[in-house]
Amino acid sequence: MTMDCKKTLELLPAHLDRELGLPESLEIEQHLQGCTACQKELAGQNMLRVAIKKNAVCFDAPSHLESRIRSALPSGNGKVNQRRPAKASSGPFGTWNWLNAGLTFATVAAITFSASLYLTSPTSSELLAEEVIASHVRSMMASHLADVASSDRHTVKPWFNGKLDFSPTVNDLTVQGFPLVGGRLDYLDRRPVAALVYRHRQHLINVYMWPMGSAGATTAGGRQTAVKTLSSQGYHLMNWTEGGMAYWVISDLEPRELMALTDILRTQVR
Amino acid sequence: MLPHLNAAYNLARWLTRNDQDAQDIVQEACLRAFKFFDGLRGEETRAWLLAIVRNTTYTWMRQNREHAQNSPIDEEFHDHHEEGSATLLDQVDSNPEAILARADDKRLLNQALEQLPVEFREVLVLRELEDLSYKEISIIASIPIGTVMSRLARGRGLLLKYLERMN
Repeated sequence: MTMDCKKTLELLPAHLDRELGLPESLEIEQHLQGCTACQKELAGQNMLRVAIKKNAVCFDAPSHLESRIRSALPSGNGKVNQRRPAKASSGPFGTWNWLNAGLTFATVAAITFSASLYLTSPTSSELLAEEVIASHVRSMMASHLADVASSDRHTVKPWFNGKLDFSPTVNDLTVQGFPLVGGRLDYLDRRPVAALVYRHRQHLINVYMWPMGSAGATTAGGRQTAVKTLSSQGYHLMNWTEGGMAYWVISDLEPRELMALTDILRTQVR
Repeated sequence: MLPHLNAAYNLARWLTRNDQDAQDIVQEACLRAFKFFDGLRGEETRAWLLAIVRNTTYTWMRQNREHAQNSPIDEEFHDHHEEGSATLLDQVDSNPEAILARADDKRLLNQALEQLPVEFREVLVLRELEDLSYKEISIIASIPIGTVMSRLARGRGLLLKYLERMN
């Protein structure tokens, strides 16, 4: 019975929400048996939770809303809804349908940014980091991790041919503990980019790369920058530039292990 | 029935506190969501759709500032509880049991929840009304899981405080 009141009170909401692991919950239960103050707090929190669940109004969508949305949706093979025309369709890849997916992502990413702009005004590299996080999270959520799922670099690398205006560096790092899972196209920093997925134990790692525009290359000064690290929302990000290419690595992996991968990638590129 | 339409509307309705605005936001969010998926299915897409609803709402709120100003954050009131006591019952000065009893009054409870600053309102709605996990909430609200936990605790404390101020 090691848990004290302070720790118990700190974890009590998560305990009530059934978000704690069994060992911690058991420790809390044990502490509660002998502590009337914490029992009282538990009862109070529980009362409030029950009252919210019971009394807070759960609004149902008005019946006409569904038909209104359905009629606004683009019809199967009819003309596409033009409420929000994609602006960049005049680009060199305008006719490629994967670009539409990228542009759509950019729209949603833009929405994500504006939500964060609401509170702060981040720098452009912070915005890019947000984009990378959003892309990483989305790759995990929508079961769209890899367009080409293969651990064979000779399958993954050629797959990008004709889909990008550069050839990404693809290596199978199984020996080093980072087997290749696959690759996919993504859209970051207003351009299509290569995303390579590696695995380390149960952790997935997205590695993004793309050639920097002339603006990026000049602001970066030289051809190569040191690795910058960043942690946000439980993810760790590392980015650097080398040979005119921008690299971003993101995972929920420990920073130390992610750095190991970053070091490997940097030596492979050279 | 479009999947998760009620959940989407409920979130937008609680964030905007307005039926018409919530309808417009849900429509826009659904159109965005449908560009991504062939359709919306499963639990993961619920979180994804709600994330889009939330982002659409915040964009919309920025464009309609008069709504954002509806609930100016009472700095003094909130700062006071920034570090706050860890316990819920310590949030109120008077008899906590009596204040808790007010939560059983449907009208008072909804009024207090509606007045709560939006960042606390959203986590409480997602947790108590939509029964989402901390993990799902952290994805929807783009905050770490630890922040989900602390916002829920602070939100509940503030709710009690609001109930105390009511009569």
